Amino acid sequence: MNDQPDFDMNLFLKGLWRENPVFVQLLGMCPLLAVSNTVINALAMGLATSFVLVMSAALISLLRNRIPKEVRIATFILIIASFVTCAELLLQAISLETHRALGPFVSLIVVNCIILGQAESFASKNGLLRSVADALGRGAGFTFAIFCMGGLREVIGSGSFMGQALFGAQYQPWVILILPGGGFFALGLLLLIYNRISPVSRSPQRGCHLLQELPDKKFGAGKVKT
Amino acid sequence: MNSDSLGYIFINALLINNFVLAYFLGICPFLGVSAKLSTAWRMGAAVSFVMLVSSAAAYGIYQLLLAIDATYLKLVAYVVVIAACVQLVEMFVKKTSPALFQALGIFLPLITTNCAILGLALFQTSRDYNFWQSLVFALGAGGGFTLALVIMAGLRHELRLAQIPNLVEGTALTLMLAGILSMSFMGFAGLGG
Repeated sequence: MNDQPDFDMNLFLKGLWRENPVFVQLLGMCPLLAVSNTVINALAMGLATSFVLVMSAALISLLRNRIPKEVRIATFILIIASFVTCAELLLQAISLETHRALGPFVSLIVVNCIILGQAESFASKNGLLRSVADALGRGAGFTFAIFCMGGLREVIGSGSFMGQALFGAQYQPWVILILPGGGFFALGLLLLIYNRISPVSRSPQRGCHLLQELPDKKFGAGKVKT
Repeated sequence: MNSDSLGYIFINALLINNFVLAYFLGICPFLGVSAKLSTAWRMGAAVSFVMLVSSAAAYGIYQLLLAIDATYLKLVAYVVVIAACVQLVEMFVKKTSPALFQALGIFLPLITTNCAILGLALFQTSRDYNFWQSLVFALGAGGGFTLALVIMAGLRHELRLAQIPNLVEGTALTLMLAGILSMSFMGFAGLGG
């Protein structure tokens, strides 16, 4: 656990841009599309997810030598579910309005594959500081992505930013962008922009349905570094 | 207690508020497994099946939690119940019908982290559905998921011969398609009243 701070920074930046969980790994798409119709909702979702990500990464990395290999996924999910319950209660305490707007999607952070993926591929194999740095990076990456989505959809879709009207009364909002269909369009557009700026190599290892295949393929031989 | 009729709940989950296209649940398999029509069917069937089983189980466990006044454990309990359901279904199918297991087998473990299943359990709780309403809701949601997946697979199949700019190819294009599909599903909004 003797980490050089600059290495930590590198891990953070990797999660934020180079291996952005949304744009590169295509993880966590459901909350990204579902609650990004306003900037406030998007930010709340991003922060709640980051909170759960960082807390569970810290706990899992502390317990990594004590969790039996066979039941590790179940253990991770339980730890994550506990922190999600905390996050939900916290959000309810801070802003009941936002909590209502997000609905069941706060609870659904449990099945956000960014968190389970980070636990499986990083936190369960690395020390506390490195895990937290990595989790912070991925959390920031997700928050950044969902903030872009929320900004794009709210500014164009309802002509405002965080509830403040931006354009004059003559502006006709593109309502389609705050409707479900617009979520898909906005995400497609952002992916195109990201691809244009830094082209993503088409590796097959993308999307969270692939995560579940990891345990069999990678760890079948019992090669887990603890 | 919710007073929606069973038919309305079914149509609502199937078309009007389609799980994939309106609630954005289960996007990962929607994007990942919709490349081929045959796998799309199987994935849809597997998800519908697990939805039905875990919806019934989640209803039972919620009644239990209500009885012992521990509803804050809802989330943790649901996650465990769904994971257990998936395991049980997998074992059951393997024993009783090896052919079905061959068809569904690979997809079953993937479903554990499918947010559509957990979302279904959470929705049926927050809407206070009774047992039969929950089951019909699960059927509708599963049908809607399968429908969206199959339509998407068909669309992507048609696109295979089209000429597409390099930059757009892949997920971005799939998302645009999904957007159009979602828009067309908005047309069903008047159905339920």
